[in-house]
Amino acid sequence: MLTNKVAVVTGGSRGIGAAICKKYAEHGADIAFLYAGNTAKAEETVAVLENIGVKAKAYQCDVANADQVKEVVKQIVTDFGQIDILVNNAGITKDKLVPMMKETDFDAVVDTNLKGTFYMTKQVYSLFMKQKSGKIINITSVSGLNGNAGQANYSASKAGVVGLTKSVAKELASRGVCCNAIAPGFIETDMTEKFTSNEAIKDSIPMKRFGQGEDVANVALFLASFMSDYITGEVIRVDGGMAM
Amino acid sequence: MVFEKIAEMLAEKLECEASTIKMETKFDELGIDSLDVMELLMNVEEEFGTEVELGEGKVESVGDLVKTIESKM
Repeated sequence: MLTNKVAVVTGGSRGIGAAICKKYAEHGADIAFLYAGNTAKAEETVAVLENIGVKAKAYQCDVANADQVKEVVKQIVTDFGQIDILVNNAGITKDKLVPMMKETDFDAVVDTNLKGTFYMTKQVYSLFMKQKSGKIINITSVSGLNGNAGQANYSASKAGVVGLTKSVAKELASRGVCCNAIAPGFIETDMTEKFTSNEAIKDSIPMKRFGQGEDVANVALFLASFMSDYITGEVIRVDGGMAM
Repeated sequence: MVFEKIAEMLAEKLECEASTIKMETKFDELGIDSLDVMELLMNVEEEFGTEVELGEGKVESVGDLVKTIESKM
């Protein structure tokens, strides 16, 4: 479904990002993914993708750093020749109740989750515009839709991603570029470890189970493929009914 | 030189005579939106090998665009 496409995935070495990379690779896309710091894990993911039979390369980049993002996107275009799909997945949490939340905790989360998404989008914008096609998929969260105690910074950043998604969708709709978001609920990854051992949380999910990276990757595949060509500015929840 | 190139590009896009495009022609009047202006700018960048960051100041007329590009050359 994605043969001859090049996908860029931020936060691609593990968790939801790695699941998306794998899914895209299984459908024929070459993969350039960004990772923050865990080189060993990134190399592992590259090996998995290469085993599937596609070209794959990992780039260390802090998406909260506009200069680094500019350089890395340039490098990817040099290495791969084109970009067709951008998945803004890189995200961090620094959960605390508001009185305990330092300004630096707030800024760090907004910088990576929201500004990182903006910086990446900015760098592919003219590229997609020029080729009159492209898919931007932003990973937000049900926390950004409904709010979540202890996640003022995270949910604010993710709600921001929803607004960003819709604005970019409107700006680029006439150029054949789609921009959509996926709002995962509780997905079993390293980032949600502390939640996924909690039975009370599991019980609060209508489907009574946590999601898997692949549940999100399946929707990311749909949004990256021609099957969603008439969908833009949409937010699709992948949450077992949680934010219904 | 920049003006002539832009007039030529606009004429091609709008399928009109380049001579009908003046420095004071507003993009609005031509039915050109801000994305079209950006696209035009990208093509000009390619043509002249310069990098122009849009952002400061309004680009409403052909003359505005010419000045923006010339200031970066």
